[in-house]
Amino acid sequence: MVTNVNGNVQKETLLEVKNLNVDYLASNGTVHAVTDVSFTLRRGEILGLAGESGSGKSTLAYAITRLLRPPAMITGGEILYYPGSARENGETSRLKWTHLPKNGKGEHIKDKLAKDEVQPKEALDLLQLSPAQLLEIRWNDLAIVFQSAMNALNPVMNIGTQIMDVLQTHRPHMGQDARKQRAVELLQLVGIASDRLRSYPHELSGGMRQRAIIAIALALSPEILIMDEPTTALDVVVQREILTEITRLQQQLGFSVIFITHDLSLLLELADHVAIMYAGRIVEKASRRDLYLHPRHPYSYGLLNSFPTLHGPRRIMAGIPGSPPDLRAVPPGCAFHPRCPLAFDACSRVFPPLQPVPGQESGQTVACHLYDARFNTEPPSTSDLAAKYEALAEGSGIQ
Amino acid sequence: MNNLVQAPEGANTELHPGPILEAAHLRKLFPLGSWNPFGAKLAVHAVEDTSLALYPGRATALVGESGSGKTTVARMLAGLYSPTSGAIRFRGEPAKLNDGSRLRSYRRHVQLILQDPFSSLNPIHDVRYHLGRPLHIFGHAHNNAQETEQILSLLNRVNLSPAEQFIQKFPHQLSGGQRQRVAIARALAVQPEILLADEPVSMLDVSIRLDVLNLLLRLKNEERLALLFITHDIASARYFAEDTLVMYAGQMVEGGPSDEVIQQPRHPYTQLLVSAAPDPARLTADDDKRLTDLPARGEIPSLIRPPSGCRFHPRCPHAMPVCKQRFPRRTELGNGRWTHCFLYGDGEISTEKSEQFTSAAGLVDQTEVKGE
Repeated sequence: MVTNVNGNVQKETLLEVKNLNVDYLASNGTVHAVTDVSFTLRRGEILGLAGESGSGKSTLAYAITRLLRPPAMITGGEILYYPGSARENGETSRLKWTHLPKNGKGEHIKDKLAKDEVQPKEALDLLQLSPAQLLEIRWNDLAIVFQSAMNALNPVMNIGTQIMDVLQTHRPHMGQDARKQRAVELLQLVGIASDRLRSYPHELSGGMRQRAIIAIALALSPEILIMDEPTTALDVVVQREILTEITRLQQQLGFSVIFITHDLSLLLELADHVAIMYAGRIVEKASRRDLYLHPRHPYSYGLLNSFPTLHGPRRIMAGIPGSPPDLRAVPPGCAFHPRCPLAFDACSRVFPPLQPVPGQESGQTVACHLYDARFNTEPPSTSDLAAKYEALAEGSGIQ
Repeated sequence: MNNLVQAPEGANTELHPGPILEAAHLRKLFPLGSWNPFGAKLAVHAVEDTSLALYPGRATALVGESGSGKTTVARMLAGLYSPTSGAIRFRGEPAKLNDGSRLRSYRRHVQLILQDPFSSLNPIHDVRYHLGRPLHIFGHAHNNAQETEQILSLLNRVNLSPAEQFIQKFPHQLSGGQRQRVAIARALAVQPEILLADEPVSMLDVSIRLDVLNLLLRLKNEERLALLFITHDIASARYFAEDTLVMYAGQMVEGGPSDEVIQQPRHPYTQLLVSAAPDPARLTADDDKRLTDLPARGEIPSLIRPPSGCRFHPRCPHAMPVCKQRFPRRTELGNGRWTHCFLYGDGEISTEKSEQFTSAAGLVDQTEVKGE
């Protein structure tokens, strides 16, 4: 926490993604999987990324971790990482930062930092790092939890060995006993009994495997944990246990999380801030309360309305009509306009940039002409969005 | 003895003349091979004493975690597995599923939609083949012109338009939602009265789920199909089905009208399921209040040696000594609701009635369907 000039307590920036572009170079056309994505992850924050399949969520996660392989190419942008000066948990064997480049992209970031008291530290552009430097950043500072726990664990090594493997690679000076002790500690941290250290992945249930993966991810106490649909393959009860565990660990250890999922209802309970992606772009960013109470983008509303609720009147809900666009040929203007029940003529011509919602101070931003005074003087309320979608539901012919 | 699921109260008797498909006390064991011929014979106790009834124009949801036996129930109803004991009755007549021609005539009425449309369609055949096969096998189409006409109308019924284009597509040219629509059309080609949908939307993308659910709802309402909707998502059960049955580890634990079961869950397992479901409405003014702890932890036990009595007792926060000894009988809670839980009694009220009912219906001793 840093107190800025105004005296407000503001969480410092940990990761800043600026205008990131990722393309897949396919023989039958370039797929623009991530286009001009910018967001900020603050220290100790859970940032949710939601969207349909093919909206570029996972590609974004892989780009941040530099795990993309050809034909994927990062064609532009910066991923700035502001490493913490001192680790609160006092890890001594941590590799030093000094021999890493101070700033990959020249002086303009330093100039910017000089002006901005909130971010006093050196920034690293993850996209400029060499393979050897990446090796140090990965897992030390940036860990990732993949969707399928069964495929992420090595089936012929027991989970204890897999945790100790990480420690052996990144902490070569750590003795064997210390490594084993840390492995036991980690398993207990995620709620697995320590006698499971010698268990093989097939001997564990799906939930336990996912916990083991989280234990491996936390082995070096990273500052950023990226979770790519970590609970999709799990049952509701197990999913809830894992999510509770993540929240508890996050509060205990203070790392930041980028949580990727298609299940927006789950994200609203978990994340501090939520970014909605559509066709490779972020179309809305808001705090979870703002997004739940008044989603601004028609796509966000549609996504939110795609989940049947546990309470309230039972009514026919209409999903979002149509299907996501082919990313080789994204519709001109707003990519969502062919599916949007509120589209008007400007939507197919003019591209909507991500802008703050007028008259709202909580930092909700949306990429929609409905909130742009140049095109629409009366921004719709949430009930207007609801009415349009309900008209769709009535049109679908179900009572 | 449990009685069968009765027609819901307030149901119009003309609209709901009675169950079209009933299952009584279904039980399924899967024997396990053992290396030791003298050792104890082991079996997976997948489903115990399950009774349910499906009505035309009504949807019944079967909810539970993986491993609770939901799919096994659907497969028994579809005639893919033969029950170890218990009976299936179609329009009041015992369904005999033990030889090919009887099974085929049964499947004329009962069709199954599988979970994964990526593996339930044959990748080397086009849509015309997938839909033409059931039309020919069940004698609905006698020549190519009839076949094409019926396939086009099926594709239109499942909102795949323009149908002329879809008829020649192969599964790999279709998206997940479109494939599931083809799978639904394939089930409809038989002209069944009963659709068994085994997690029909869990493999689909969020925005497409509602479309497919709404399609099934429309079919249910317009064509008066009886639907069994198997899901692990309790919120979609409430959205989709009039009645909800909750299964745990092969045992039916609670059932009744969906709204009541989900809004006032009685059985501790149903309470656990409901509290585990994501619910943004829990977001209150207290912004820091995050995920609350669950009333119970753990996972479904091994069904090879399942816990004695009520199988939920190792996880149940209210477990009593009696829970380990035997499975509670069915307790009627009124308004068509029932539960198997000692917290609400031990079924004293309903026992007598149910025995009369089952003996009158001639369901006892009609258990040998096919030896396993």
